[in-house]
Amino acid sequence: MTASDRPRISLLGTTAILFEAPGPFDLPHQRRIWTLATTASKWPGIREAIPLITNLMLTFETPPRDPSTLMAALNDAWNEAQELTIGGREIRLPVTYGGEIGASLQAVANHCGMSIDDVVSIHAAPLYTVFALGSHPGYCYLGGMDPRISMPRRQTPLQRSAGGSVSIGGSQTGVSASPGPSGWHAIGHTSWIFFDPCWTTPAALAPGDTIRFEIERVIR
Amino acid sequence: MIEILSALGPTSVQDLGRFEQYRFGVGTSGAMDDVALRAGNILLGNDENAAGIEIPVTPFKLRFGRDRAFALTGAEVEADVGGRAIPPWWRSRAHTGEILTIKAMSRGARSYLTLSGGIDVPVVLGSRSTQFRGEFGGFEGRPLQTGDVLPCAAPNPSAETSDLGVGPADLVLARPNMPAGDTTVRVIIAGEYDAFDSTAQKLFWRSGWKITPQSNRYGYRLQGPAVNPVSPIEKRSHGIVAGVIQIPPNGQPIIQMRDAQTSGGYPKIATVIKADMWRVAQARLGSTLRFEQTAYADALAAEDEVSVYLDRLRADVRLFAELQGCR
Repeated sequence: MTASDRPRISLLGTTAILFEAPGPFDLPHQRRIWTLATTASKWPGIREAIPLITNLMLTFETPPRDPSTLMAALNDAWNEAQELTIGGREIRLPVTYGGEIGASLQAVANHCGMSIDDVVSIHAAPLYTVFALGSHPGYCYLGGMDPRISMPRRQTPLQRSAGGSVSIGGSQTGVSASPGPSGWHAIGHTSWIFFDPCWTTPAALAPGDTIRFEIERVIR
Repeated sequence: MIEILSALGPTSVQDLGRFEQYRFGVGTSGAMDDVALRAGNILLGNDENAAGIEIPVTPFKLRFGRDRAFALTGAEVEADVGGRAIPPWWRSRAHTGEILTIKAMSRGARSYLTLSGGIDVPVVLGSRSTQFRGEFGGFEGRPLQTGDVLPCAAPNPSAETSDLGVGPADLVLARPNMPAGDTTVRVIIAGEYDAFDSTAQKLFWRSGWKITPQSNRYGYRLQGPAVNPVSPIEKRSHGIVAGVIQIPPNGQPIIQMRDAQTSGGYPKIATVIKADMWRVAQARLGSTLRFEQTAYADALAAEDEVSVYLDRLRADVRLFAELQGCR
């Protein structure tokens, strides 16, 4: 096995540990991460298992005295993890591309060396899968973006980005659920509600759900 | 109840935090200086998780709706109630209608007001802490404003007897041989530490990092020499916790604080240990922060020291109550 074939496991101080799966950013790997999350969430001393993009963070109820035992358990569980297929619901999200909120649309087009229309049609083409929730309340990380419209995160994160903004960060895309700081590039926006603390489950979407962006309007 | 007469900046209701909602993208919120909040609640015989008010800016003023014991912990403040001077890290009593004024903060960055019984705002998703980004929890999910009237739970009779003080955390937990003025915090190296060459690593350890005005409950943005990895790193988003030190492409570290996002993708060079997060919370804007490498086992030992300090407070408060009972 080469180094890149092996999972990377690292401590986040004494309150959490991070497991990063080897291999591509794709649905089969993410499905194994969902399985690993289900398994690890039942281990003693673990407060919560939080899947993100082909990785998993475990927060500690009590920090382990010897983290190497936990690291070994994560490796073993990953090796055994089968793909967990979640039959989620499909959501259609109308998006206004460009405009004041999606002000980075032109910058993404320039970076990728294509027209605004190409960026929009490539972005709206796939059926995206909700890989994980994170960042801020109700935010969904989506898998399935065409790598041709990737763009590195900002040199310096913005202090404030609008709620509902549809953004690209690296090879990922997502929709912010509320206003806040962001290191991503906003290319459009939607007015859908993603989160309400009064709902039985506070987030509208869950891993395994799918999203299709509908081009409502393109502001050039 | 209490009525806010003057609150500046992001003054907010916080308990110890909301710890079980990461999978919905909900961060912990909670008191930046959790040791100060716990100490205040212990002084008052409250549950340690009772909600108090985190005050980052002075002047701050409020009126008591009824007789109630309270405490100010955390930063060293100049304060009075009904004209009587109130030392920090003491439990004091206010009478109906009296006004508490915090005039100035001479050391530290956040004062915590705890009240006998605690602030009785609704528990939302397991906590009374204000979630600024999600606009829920705390008092209407927002910073406190002049005119806000906050409900308080029934006072705890054992705390209503007489004044009592405890040793401030920054004195009792002071670390020996630290340079005066600067705040030194211990960190454990994180996932991408090895992606920085030895020159960049040395810069990180040896520099004094200025806390910029863009520092707040979300994160502390630091200023110093640029620390950059050997080659740019673009990571897939992953979970992060308070204390994680990210290095964005401009090479200026950001320490994640209690309102931080639950995930991120910038490379992580190190993580401030849990036992020292209150020191970061009390470091003032414009002051200098330094990092000291520590091992995981030593970080756990440092948490034990904080626990011992709080155990001592609990024992002292209990002993004092027993002595009062004997009189």
